Amino acid sequence: MLYEKFLRNKHAIKEIIRRIEALRIKRTVRLMEVCGTHTYTFFRFGLRNIVPPSVQLLSGPGCPVCITEDTFIDQAVALARDKRNIIATFGDLIRVKGTQSSLEDERARGGHIEIVYSPAQVLDIARAHPQKRAIFLAVGFETTAPLTALVIKEAREQKLKNVFALCSHRLIPPAMKELCKDRDIKVDGFICPGHVSVVIGTKPYRVIARRFHKGCVICGFEPLDMVVAMYMLLKQLKNDSPCVENEYSRVVQPEGNPVARKIVDQVFTVSDASWRGFGKIKKSGLVLRDSYKTFDAIRLLSKAACTEPKQKKECLCAEVVKGKITPFQCPQFAHACSPDNPLGPCMVSFEGSCRIWHAYGRPA
Amino acid sequence: MCLAYPMKVVDIKADGAIVDADGIRKKINIGLMKDLQVGEYVMVHAGFAIEKFKPEMVKDTLRYVREYKNALRKISKK
Repeated sequence: MLYEKFLRNKHAIKEIIRRIEALRIKRTVRLMEVCGTHTYTFFRFGLRNIVPPSVQLLSGPGCPVCITEDTFIDQAVALARDKRNIIATFGDLIRVKGTQSSLEDERARGGHIEIVYSPAQVLDIARAHPQKRAIFLAVGFETTAPLTALVIKEAREQKLKNVFALCSHRLIPPAMKELCKDRDIKVDGFICPGHVSVVIGTKPYRVIARRFHKGCVICGFEPLDMVVAMYMLLKQLKNDSPCVENEYSRVVQPEGNPVARKIVDQVFTVSDASWRGFGKIKKSGLVLRDSYKTFDAIRLLSKAACTEPKQKKECLCAEVVKGKITPFQCPQFAHACSPDNPLGPCMVSFEGSCRIWHAYGRPA
Repeated sequence: MCLAYPMKVVDIKADGAIVDADGIRKKINIGLMKDLQVGEYVMVHAGFAIEKFKPEMVKDTLRYVREYKNALRKISKK
């Protein structure tokens, strides 16, 4: 009721658009969202066609599958080829190609790959197959890391020795700082990810507003949420007062979820990590603490599977996730690369910019 | 992947909670929640409650829309 009556109400959305127009901002403004679900909302509800053309929305590195590097897929493929392993993964990861193969290809060749809805299912898989090793592919941002941490803790409590995680959790604020430092990417403000903020709260964005003078508005996922967040950011720009605001207060608490952060801190430690398109970003990833290293699936791999592969040249996903180009500017888009035959992860994931542009986008 | 959906808590058990959205019921993990009560709403992400959902706080979003002022009063009365 709340959603249909209020948050998807076209009259309300139009009123906010009129307010945006009334701000009379003279120059082109570039706002970046750092969550694939925001890209999805923006396109699915046709917001792109009704916001003034001077307001551009860029998609940032907000889709976990898209920023995961080929190395990770190659490692998952190597694990899937071992008959002693069962891979438990979220669905959209299985079609991403590494340097040689994808998990989908490996499943066709007889690899045991289970698509799971929740990380907790890895415990059921481990119990049902005590003679095999159940490996969860742990990708995702601050929203998903607490789930992995809780599952690993439960595996320890239940003395399940055959549960493992291949961890590639990433942290959003360090990537946002990296974007602020890049002179090629001119971002005027950030629409911040709602459910990442559920865990981290408002504080980690303050440095972006203070040091880099970019406004940050934490935003929900309904169309009215998005236009209101844009309006709030544009007002900040108009008044030249970048700050952190919370549009999604029905879910996000200013202090975040301390229980979730504590569990993450017990299981993981922060480390430098590689992102597709960015390379290494300092303190932007989570690795298992030494006390939980027995659960790390990386121990099951040979050294050869852990080396860095070269980036595929024909695919421009790396530029897309940084907001340097739009999917339409990639020569492969809708030609060699399509949802049926994706060259890169942005065309695979339902949260990937290329996939969303392919489904809903038309050249502006 | 950071999708989450508000669901109402209808029962709390030792190993989780039963939640409901439009008649769809699920058992979820509530290990990340503190002081959860039956009747409250939670955001469910991949089988885990990640935070409480407070419908009345939608006023923060709706305050920018003039015609919602009456509707907002009704929400706050409930």
